Amino acid sequence: MSLRELYQEIIIDHGKLPRNFGSLDQANHHQLGHNPLCGDRLMLHALIENDKIQDLKFEGAGCAISMASASLMTESLKGKTIEQAMDLFKHFHELVTLGKEAEIDMGKLAVFAGVAEFPARVKCASLAWHTLQAILHNKQDPVSTE
Amino acid sequence: MKTPDLNIQAIRADFPILQSENRGKPLVYLDSAVSAQKPIQVIQAMSDFYTHEYANIHRGVYELSEYATKRFEDARQEIANFINAPKADNIIFVKGTTEAINLVSQSFGRSQWQAGDEVILSTMEHHANIVPWYLLSQQIGIQLKVIPVTDQGELDLQAYKALFSPRTKFVSLTHVSNVLGTINPVKEIVEIAHQHQVPILLDGAQAVCHLSVDVQDLDCDFYAFSSHKLYGPTGIGILYAKADKLAAMPPYQGGGDMIETVSFDKVTFAKAPAKFEAGTPDIGGVIGLAAAIEYVSALGMQNIAKHDQQLLAYAQEKLLAIPGLSIIGQAKNKIGVISFILNDVHAHDIASILDHEGIAIRAGHHCAMPLMERFHLSATARASFGVYTQEKEIDALVQALHLAKRLFA
Repeated sequence: MSLRELYQEIIIDHGKLPRNFGSLDQANHHQLGHNPLCGDRLMLHALIENDKIQDLKFEGAGCAISMASASLMTESLKGKTIEQAMDLFKHFHELVTLGKEAEIDMGKLAVFAGVAEFPARVKCASLAWHTLQAILHNKQDPVSTE
Repeated sequence: MKTPDLNIQAIRADFPILQSENRGKPLVYLDSAVSAQKPIQVIQAMSDFYTHEYANIHRGVYELSEYATKRFEDARQEIANFINAPKADNIIFVKGTTEAINLVSQSFGRSQWQAGDEVILSTMEHHANIVPWYLLSQQIGIQLKVIPVTDQGELDLQAYKALFSPRTKFVSLTHVSNVLGTINPVKEIVEIAHQHQVPILLDGAQAVCHLSVDVQDLDCDFYAFSSHKLYGPTGIGILYAKADKLAAMPPYQGGGDMIETVSFDKVTFAKAPAKFEAGTPDIGGVIGLAAAIEYVSALGMQNIAKHDQQLLAYAQEKLLAIPGLSIIGQAKNKIGVISFILNDVHAHDIASILDHEGIAIRAGHHCAMPLMERFHLSATARASFGVYTQEKEIDALVQALHLAKRLFA
């Protein structure tokens, strides 16, 4: 597996210039997530109404994989229902931990297929998603990858 | 490389793993600070012991056991000689530096101190020299006082002196920082502690592999280090302690070998070092550590230190020439451990890219979160050198860093 397959153009692009980066005044959910092993941190801001993710933004600092993953996650999930989000999480998790390609259309999220070959980076790719899970399951404590 | 004192190619030939690959490229191992590779002499010594000489120690009457006991206790003496401890009895075998510090905090600290007593640490400590004291503070209410670190990555000695109070009971400090590479002026630091009649422990995990350590010259009360950073096996470490301290300390763990007599109403304990070595020790590990000490002693710690300094100077020059790279910690006295950041590339990504080039470095907080916090960093990359490190490995590192920059440009 070459470097290029892990660090695809799109990951580098989203890592450098994450989309949906910043605060969200109308957010009704906030959740902190962090990866103690390498210091990736993010704060997810979500506006969830009528069972739908109306808006989703994040702030934080971390490696390119964690930031790109958060960026691409927010892009994929805006406008999705909670059920669709949970389903996408399940497929994303299988993609990055097992390298298992989804039956559904993952869109740009498919670029993270390479992560499965690098167990040390799985937590970076999953951080944003685990943080979102905490919101969807109404947890209170900050999410840690440990 | 101009080190007539050390034949690096001959040394490298002693480490078979250096011929292996990492991600299909020749291994460039620049992570000795986390753990050192093992020379064949150490591997062979342990293998031979298990093959021909293994028996449990201290209790057997048969020749094999007597001989194994002799090997074990001879190793203890060798280790005492290595750090110039007065006697073998000052040497306690533990699992590693972490266990050594836990032993001191739970045995010495817990038996002697009370709520409100103070222990001095520093911002540059490894978690192994923070968390045991934190646990003690939760258990008995001791207070932790912290020596600040300057922007250069040195201890603020004025602040250290000012931290002493009538309640100060202990100082626990790293000899060499695993993040900054800073060599602390420990002899002076010990003197200051003793002026206040305060005992002191030095965490020597990074020091023993890069410098000559003389515990009598330093006059520290406790000194701890690990085998696995000193080219020895994992699972074994050393606590050196002055005899009067050991005599005053209650046992750490209870079990066989550390007792004189046992009944359900009363147990009497053996004297140190046995008092602190409950159960069957890592006999093979001790043999391995002794072999590692023989290995580095044959090379000469002065020669190892010189080689390390040459690599450090070479690496700092090459790394600082990379635009956007900053070295964290620019103390006047350092060992060959370099933590750095690159403007546009996160440490974790640096490590991944280097990994693809066969290069092993470390990225993260290096078990020193308070230090990271002090420098406003979430993570750094860290390259570190061993006896087998050569200049062209540093060249490979620099080349790969340029690659990382290009990828993220």
